[in-house]
Amino acid sequence: MRLKVLFPVIALLLAAGVTDMYGQCKSFAKKVCIPELGVYVHDGNYHAAVLVEGEEAELYKTFYSDMKYRVAIVGEENLSNIEFKVLDASRNVIYSNKDANYAKTWDFELQSSQQLKLVVKVPEKSKSGETPASGCVSIMFGFKLKN
Amino acid sequence: MNRKYGIASGLLLVVLMITLLFNGCKSCSTTEPVNDLNVDVSKDNTELVDDINKAKQIFQAIPSPLESAMLIKSTGAKFNQTLLNPLGNADSYATSRSMALNLGVYTCDLSFTSLYEQTQLIIDYMNASKKMAEGLGILRAIDQATIDRLEQNINNTEVIMEIVSETFMNSSSDLVDNGQPAVAAMVLVGGWFEGLYIATQLVDMKDFNGNKLVGRIIDQKLSIDILLNLLDENKGNPAIDELIIQVQKLKAVFDKINLTTSPIRPEYVETTNTTYLKSEVKSNLTPEVFAELAKTVAEIRGTFVK
Repeated sequence: MRLKVLFPVIALLLAAGVTDMYGQCKSFAKKVCIPELGVYVHDGNYHAAVLVEGEEAELYKTFYSDMKYRVAIVGEENLSNIEFKVLDASRNVIYSNKDANYAKTWDFELQSSQQLKLVVKVPEKSKSGETPASGCVSIMFGFKLKN
Repeated sequence: MNRKYGIASGLLLVVLMITLLFNGCKSCSTTEPVNDLNVDVSKDNTELVDDINKAKQIFQAIPSPLESAMLIKSTGAKFNQTLLNPLGNADSYATSRSMALNLGVYTCDLSFTSLYEQTQLIIDYMNASKKMAEGLGILRAIDQATIDRLEQNINNTEVIMEIVSETFMNSSSDLVDNGQPAVAAMVLVGGWFEGLYIATQLVDMKDFNGNKLVGRIIDQKLSIDILLNLLDENKGNPAIDELIIQVQKLKAVFDKINLTTSPIRPEYVETTNTTYLKSEVKSNLTPEVFAELAKTVAEIRGTFVK
């Protein structure tokens, strides 16, 4: 009889938990990542994911020559410094935040419009046998016109 | 009886969890391999495509309505109200497809009116966007408080852009969180087409060569495969399948444009804390191909707003 009640209750609790996790991710992106864009106007697009240590995410976007851009990539506190690199269409690395003390933002301008690829990675810090940490990682873009 | 109930409950749990995890993942990005990037700017793109196929979490980012409107304004193009989707059309959209596409369309028009400081139209187009959002069941994305805040700051372009950006993000993320990633993709598609439609209509053919706006239109070739990848993630949905055919038709025209770029040479300038990505671009858009492009965009956009 107890099982009768228990299964639906567990299902609902888990459902609420999963839904809440993604809701929290959106809230994290709004409260923590967007402010990192500073004076740049957020473009309105939403890119956030729950990543586990060691996991990577990729993003493809066209950037235009008339704009100045800032990309902000921020992870929740329980994750270690988020690594990100930017590659051109020929897969050449044109920026890595490892070389900038794991900076959360990168400001750039382009002479001609380009499609770029961003690779974002949550480095592993858990010891063997420990449960790997997971948390929200948010990628936001801000822009402003060149003077 | 109890055993049967236990099995049923267990199945319910499993089904529920799979459904939620599936929707949850979609709310973030895709985990499916994406087959094609097809940016014709470099032969090395095959390597890029290989990368996509291996990736776990992939985001396809197309220009937002606000970015599209900003690109148009940056070229010095003039405001033209007749190019916007008439507000009266808002009452005629009844399907999820038409409301989603026109949420994108109206948000782009709203961005356009905001950047050109058309105060009354800003309120009107925000209300039209609100109507579309309500029809899609995302009431919180654009609420009355948003409209009130907009009215209070109607002469402050900076705050207006912030509100437009926020409402667009709320709309997209709420749709995905509600388990409607295909609808969210349609909103993005609607916004992108509206920006491209306005841009192509604003080109003065007497001033074609060296026209800055034409340059920004050519740049959209770089985004069309990203757009197709975004739609492919939701393949199987009849409205999305129809859009894929339409976007492929447009891609066929974009494919007539050769676009070559030299390798990027990054240069970091400490005083501005900015990296300058130096590269040169060459393209060969003729007035004839441009006319075909403008016609195709207008036809497709016409099916969205009718």
